Amino acid sequence: MMRFMLLFSRQGKLRLQKWYTATAERDKKKMVRELMQIVLARKPKMCSFLEWRDLKIVYKRYASLYFCCAIEEQDNELITLEVIHRFVELLDKYFGSVCELDIIFNFEKAYFILDEFLMGGEIQDTSKKSVLKAIEQSDLLQEDCKESHTKIFAL
Amino acid sequence: MPAVSKGDGMRGLAVFISDIRNCKSKEAEIKRINKELANIRSKFKGDKALDGYSKKKYVCKLLFIFLLGHDIDFGHMEAVNLLSSNKYTEKQIGYLFISVLVNSNSELIRLINNAIKNDLSSRNPTFMCLALHCIANVGSREMAEAFASEIPRILVAGDTMDSVKQSAALCLLRLYKTSPDLVLMGEWTSRVVHLLNDQHMGVVTAAISLITCLSQKNPDEFKTCVSLAVSRLSRIVSSASTDLQDYTYYFVPAPWLSCKLLRLLQCYPPPEDGAVKGRLVECLETILNKAQEPPKSKKVQHSNAKNAILFEAISLIIHYDSEPNLLVRACNQLGQFLQHRETNLRYLALESMCTLASSEFSHEAVKTHIETVINALKTERDVSVRQRAADLLYAMCDRSNAKQIVAEMLSYLETADYSIREEMVLKVAILAEKYAVDYSWYVDTILNLIRIAGDYVSEEVWYRVIQIVINRDDVQGYAAKTVFEALQAPACHENMVKVGGYILGEFGNLIAGDPRSSPLVQFNLLHSKFHLCSVPTRALLLSAYIKFINLFPETKATIQEVLRCDSQIRNSDVELQQRAVEYLKLSSIASTDVLATVLEEMPPFPERESSILAKLKKKKGPGAVSVTELEDNKREGGELNGGGDRGPDTASTPSPSADLLGIRSAAPVGPAPAGAGSLLVDVFSEAGPAAPSTRRHFYRFVCKNNGVLFENQLLQIGIKSEYRQNLGRMYLFYGNKTSVQFASFMFCVVALLDTWLQLNVQTKQVEPLVEGGAQIQQVLNIECLTDFSDFFQPTEMASNDFFQRWKQLSQPQQEAQKIFKANHSMDTEVLKAKLLGLGTALLDNVDPNPENFVCAGVIQTKSQQVGCLLRLEPNAQAQMYRLTLRCSKDSVSKRLCELLAQQF
Repeated sequence: MMRFMLLFSRQGKLRLQKWYTATAERDKKKMVRELMQIVLARKPKMCSFLEWRDLKIVYKRYASLYFCCAIEEQDNELITLEVIHRFVELLDKYFGSVCELDIIFNFEKAYFILDEFLMGGEIQDTSKKSVLKAIEQSDLLQEDCKESHTKIFAL
Repeated sequence: MPAVSKGDGMRGLAVFISDIRNCKSKEAEIKRINKELANIRSKFKGDKALDGYSKKKYVCKLLFIFLLGHDIDFGHMEAVNLLSSNKYTEKQIGYLFISVLVNSNSELIRLINNAIKNDLSSRNPTFMCLALHCIANVGSREMAEAFASEIPRILVAGDTMDSVKQSAALCLLRLYKTSPDLVLMGEWTSRVVHLLNDQHMGVVTAAISLITCLSQKNPDEFKTCVSLAVSRLSRIVSSASTDLQDYTYYFVPAPWLSCKLLRLLQCYPPPEDGAVKGRLVECLETILNKAQEPPKSKKVQHSNAKNAILFEAISLIIHYDSEPNLLVRACNQLGQFLQHRETNLRYLALESMCTLASSEFSHEAVKTHIETVINALKTERDVSVRQRAADLLYAMCDRSNAKQIVAEMLSYLETADYSIREEMVLKVAILAEKYAVDYSWYVDTILNLIRIAGDYVSEEVWYRVIQIVINRDDVQGYAAKTVFEALQAPACHENMVKVGGYILGEFGNLIAGDPRSSPLVQFNLLHSKFHLCSVPTRALLLSAYIKFINLFPETKATIQEVLRCDSQIRNSDVELQQRAVEYLKLSSIASTDVLATVLEEMPPFPERESSILAKLKKKKGPGAVSVTELEDNKREGGELNGGGDRGPDTASTPSPSADLLGIRSAAPVGPAPAGAGSLLVDVFSEAGPAAPSTRRHFYRFVCKNNGVLFENQLLQIGIKSEYRQNLGRMYLFYGNKTSVQFASFMFCVVALLDTWLQLNVQTKQVEPLVEGGAQIQQVLNIECLTDFSDFFQPTEMASNDFFQRWKQLSQPQQEAQKIFKANHSMDTEVLKAKLLGLGTALLDNVDPNPENFVCAGVIQTKSQQVGCLLRLEPNAQAQMYRLTLRCSKDSVSKRLCELLAQQF
């Protein structure tokens, strides 16, 4: 099970954080700081896996963003690497060649997409189509709402 | 994807985010945020009712601020209001806020749960999913209480949409993990297992995480999942890369589900049903075969997905550990990866091989890769990969390759990263000991270890080499010669001086025949290091010197001179000064016979599990030292043994299990009025039966050496006592409180018979007359024959010594524990005084919890010494204590524990 996922920039700005177990805010901040320091210090050709505390860290850099997951002892590192990649693909497909700014300005969307993909630290669905369909549906719902909103004002 | 969906019109939010991004400094950012917080607060407080859109926008801003790392202490109510909005995006933002910033405010939880309940029963799949997500994100006990019974129903209901089923499965998993007692599968079990057969791959993917977790906890109830999982896996593995459409990932069919299925199978032993097993073996072979096929894509995603399945399959093969053919194939496959250009694969191959090394079927196959692994240790650029290589070398080590591996590890140690040096040192030390055929090699290795990485050689390691040298007389001469040579280096590590001092002090005589290492040369060599060493090392060297005086009488004058000089005998450090003074005195007054007895060669250490191994286990956590360790331990039998301590004072002799029953009545005086004076017969009458009251008084003296033992209107009996080792002297003061003379005053010390067996008490008779208002004194000389708490001698020791000894006294009957209510003040100083009064040494900085007290002492009796360790854990809140005692003699712990429990 994934314990948490972090997205942060080369400059060490946290862009997204998702925790799958109850963790105190103070501990979260400490862990984020510690991990960012470790991961940012690593060189490009190094291995994507780390042992950290009692967890395994799997990370990958996409452009200016680092995607960093903490998984448990018995979890599979390589498949986690592809969890990251699939999440990037989903973001990319949704935003249309996603960049860091998209995630900054639409952070809530990024959370919604992640929630459709992973839940409680486990994969909910791996099909790109299914995940995006769910998001699409909610976007459509929102359109409906907007229409009804305008209609009310038109009355 | 429609571009319109982005941003969805929350312009205010976008502007605010831009503002924050434009802030030039942290201060400016905080200022902007505070302004925004004030604005939002006033909007929320204002009397004008906010519309849903504004509420959503402000809640979203709060969320953003929170995610920037600032505290948010309001807005929860507004977020909860959004939950009941009928507009989807408002509801969605409300749920997001709750998920991220849940508050344990019970009032709020009730409202949230209400909203969730409404959405769950709305039959609108999108709303249901939102609600399920929220439960999974928060996962609190309250939510489990409210929904744990509802969700399984949603999960297995025939008319539930697939997307809802997926969310329900994972939501239930989360609740099961937080509150397993509330999630009762019972009647649902079989239907949940059958989700593995679901047509929708997404449902299977989500459900299998739940099933795996439940199977781990209740393997029997879920064991039908094995055959289902095998057939599902078989279908995936044999499908063409395009069969599964959207569930094919870079030409790999359903990699996530495959990994999960293989993982689930690792919760069970190999299938008993031959057909199922055959099918599974076929799957595993297919997976291994596929690894040899040319890749269908050059993309790293393709190879990662494929190899993820392969590694998971290898894990399952290792888990079964029953198919030699598969194990060897797995090993060969990993061998290929060891040289792969992808760092990730090399890392994983090294890691996976570590577990393969522990299987008897593949151990030999793993060993064939030794050169590659050694090469990895030397050339990998990433320290985490080198670490894996070192782990693997450790795991594949056996008698046949130990010398090579240890040599490689030693040479790697010279340049190793600081972060892994200590662990490497421990591993080298363990391997050297475990596979030592001739112990001269072992001694060489450890001394090399000290030379190369002295700073990382912990006490356990150098204690251990001394123990082994002392226990094996075939290596003592060699050890003495080697340390003597090692000490000749101009700069040698302090640990080397310690080992050198100890070994030469014990066995220097074995090399003294050679004029190049004559006694004086040895002494001068050691003493040349003396001034550069820390206090503990100097103390050790002083002991080595006195041993020299015994071994080589010709060095006596030189050494006495050294001891006599001011820097020793007036050293500001008490320990050093004391040793110098005592050793000097000992060497001057004791006859050679006495000296030879006192300074006799150390007796062999008892055989125990290696404390180094324990340390490594502790350092790496129980899982990390790998199965090899434990199995080797079994295999090698008692070869690993010995602990780190060298103190002779814990070497307790087996004792006759004398009982301490008598101690209670050992209230030394049971005043028994006798004789003619009829008046006196009544002296004690008003105090009721005398014994119980004195007994009560007696308990005071467990932690005190003087005070009033008995008092009434006529008579006061005081007591003062002093103890040294097994001898004690007790003064009894009989005070006449009246103004009349006590005539025929007689006393006799009464104690139960068994007390007499343990104490040899001599009383001096006193005058039978006590003048009015006067006091007379009686002296009792006591010799302790067996255990008796007052004959405690304090023992000072350091934290690791303490815990080492604590662990040694681990037999159940050696420990006694009592949890009891505080009878007296729990003030720290009072407790300290009591513990010191007991005669033990109060050890600071030993217990990780500063509230607790730990003490150590030795009970001296005529025939033996009983080492006692004590730990007192006060709980001020509950006004309770927990008292634990461990003593080298069984009955002592129990008795002391009972005795002391009444003191606090």
